[in-house]
Amino acid sequence: MKEIVLKGIPAASGIAYGPAFILDKGEFIVPKRIISSLEVDSEIARFEEAVNNAKKEILALKAKINQNMRPGHAQIFDAHLLVLEDALLLDQVTGAIRETELSAEYVFSSVIKKFVEAFTKIPDEYLRERATDVNDISKRVLKYLMDESKLHDLDSLQDDLIIVAHDLSPSDAVSLYNKKIKGFLTDIGGRTSHTAIIAKSLGVPAVVGLKDATLQINNQDDVVIDGKKGLVIINPGVETKELYIKEQHKITISLKKLDDLKDLPAETLDGKKISLMANLELSEEISTVRKYGGEGVGLYRTEFLYMNRLDLPSEEEQYKAYRNVAEAVAPFAVTIRTLDLGGDKFISSVQIPKDMSPFLGCRAVRFCLERPDIFQIQLRAILRASVHGRVSMMYPMISGLAELRRANAILEQVKHSLRSENIPFDEKIKVGIMIEVPAAVMTAEDLARETDFFSIGTNDLIQYTLAVDRVNEKTAHLYEPAHPGVLKMIQKTIDAAHNEGIPVAICGEVASDPLLAFLLLGMGIDEFSMPAALMLSVKKMIRCIKFQDAQRIAYEALQLTTGQEVEEFIDLQLHALMEGYKAGG
Amino acid sequence: MNKIERDVTVTNKKGMHARPAALFVGLVEKFGVSVTISNGHETVNGKSIMGILMLGAAGGSILKLTVEGPAAQEAMDEFEKFFNKQEEELGP
Repeated sequence: MKEIVLKGIPAASGIAYGPAFILDKGEFIVPKRIISSLEVDSEIARFEEAVNNAKKEILALKAKINQNMRPGHAQIFDAHLLVLEDALLLDQVTGAIRETELSAEYVFSSVIKKFVEAFTKIPDEYLRERATDVNDISKRVLKYLMDESKLHDLDSLQDDLIIVAHDLSPSDAVSLYNKKIKGFLTDIGGRTSHTAIIAKSLGVPAVVGLKDATLQINNQDDVVIDGKKGLVIINPGVETKELYIKEQHKITISLKKLDDLKDLPAETLDGKKISLMANLELSEEISTVRKYGGEGVGLYRTEFLYMNRLDLPSEEEQYKAYRNVAEAVAPFAVTIRTLDLGGDKFISSVQIPKDMSPFLGCRAVRFCLERPDIFQIQLRAILRASVHGRVSMMYPMISGLAELRRANAILEQVKHSLRSENIPFDEKIKVGIMIEVPAAVMTAEDLARETDFFSIGTNDLIQYTLAVDRVNEKTAHLYEPAHPGVLKMIQKTIDAAHNEGIPVAICGEVASDPLLAFLLLGMGIDEFSMPAALMLSVKKMIRCIKFQDAQRIAYEALQLTTGQEVEEFIDLQLHALMEGYKAGG
Repeated sequence: MNKIERDVTVTNKKGMHARPAALFVGLVEKFGVSVTISNGHETVNGKSIMGILMLGAAGGSILKLTVEGPAAQEAMDEFEKFFNKQEEELGP
């Protein structure tokens, strides 16, 4: 078999080889949802709208095919259109919605299932396969009825596979944490897409932005991933495979060496102690924080508690999850980020209107301020958990003082009601904000006076500063963490915080890149939070350098004019430093 | 009202799959007649593509068409033609 090499965007380093598994958005998992009798008419209207949207989609496809191919090919779409106009089908669905008072997607998929079952009983093989036509049509409709994040069933996946997907959604992450996945390849996405976040926290390689990996790779194909270079080799020859096995062996050895650093402090040669913490998505991951010597959790992303389910997590359930994490990381601290929905993260229990530009839409703290009912429950749970360890909390996406004050006002209400119910919580709980919006940077002095700490979320700050959609692979090359514009934003944030005497953490992807971490250290960042598996290589860097050198080099780096210059300069300087220390003893 | 019954043979080797079924539904709508198609015990509405597909009429099977309406005779002739020349029109 011929070796094929694909080049994509490196998203998580490392080497992996194994059989590929193509994760298509094939199978829908349609939950049974009961509606009230008052909702029947609107549910039917929703179904009809979905059918109309699916028809429009088919018409568009048909027009496209008519232009490109001989007309015969378009006829299949006429058949698909007729199915969506078929009274036999439509009447059954609307009738059953009325009768059973179940949601449109559930009724529709059950009706389709009955048809498909009937098809599979047809003796003629070719006709039997028409079931796939019907399935195809039903997917088009279901897509409009359901949250797209629920499209595939990851729970039934085997271990030791390389996952190949068009894209992975944050809710996929939840299903993937407990699996032994060897690596990830996706068609779309940039360096900070969720695939990268998932891969890094699992400690496996990932290459994203491969454009058509799902077409080039077949199920069970042998695949090698070179996560550092962003290469994928399909059907590798014996030589290639051996080369990579050797390379992987080297990485394993160097990781083992890093392991020795686990219990040593993150301290520079000249005695500056740096706080190295882990990012956490799920409470199940908590054991990895200790495993890699993390001094607590700098970012606990709570939205995963809300994903892959139809209801909202109760106060009690959240309290238990937060308490578990607080107790597990004690004596170290955990910083709980309040719900960060929207952008590219959605949940089924709350309908968030689809924004034209989701990253500029009603997300994160904006959503929480719109829905104080949901926000208050989370705040109560966090406050209650605060007596079980060192808990602090922060709001994501704060864009200015007015928003911070509104969030704090809700927090005060919640504290007040807890006091009146005699429920204990840490009265001195620290409340910080994420710095992700350029306007927050520009007003950082004012914000610093009314908050306990800053945490810079570089993924979003870079996206908003450079006006680069971070999930769009077409703009991936413009996503430059070391862009002078970004660095000046970060410097301004640090200076404002330190002027007001509050600490600054960094919890974006850049914190885990030793080169950039070196720069950020020199710029004055107090705490670094990153995927647990990546902490040790940053610790190694910290233990090899002097803080005063980092400061000097960072100052010089900030005088440079392009991102590339900055990266090259840091790389050169860091190596020169290491050599210098060695020579000097 | 005119009501005509006639047996037709599915000449298309692949049977009444999605494309011929779609063409047939289109033809029925053109004549504005009501049509039922039976394959053995199963009878479906000729305007329903899902119904026709459910018949599972393989190549060579014999279907009973029942056409009702003012244009029944004319329609039935067309339908018969449709079934007879399916093979050449649609190919294998």
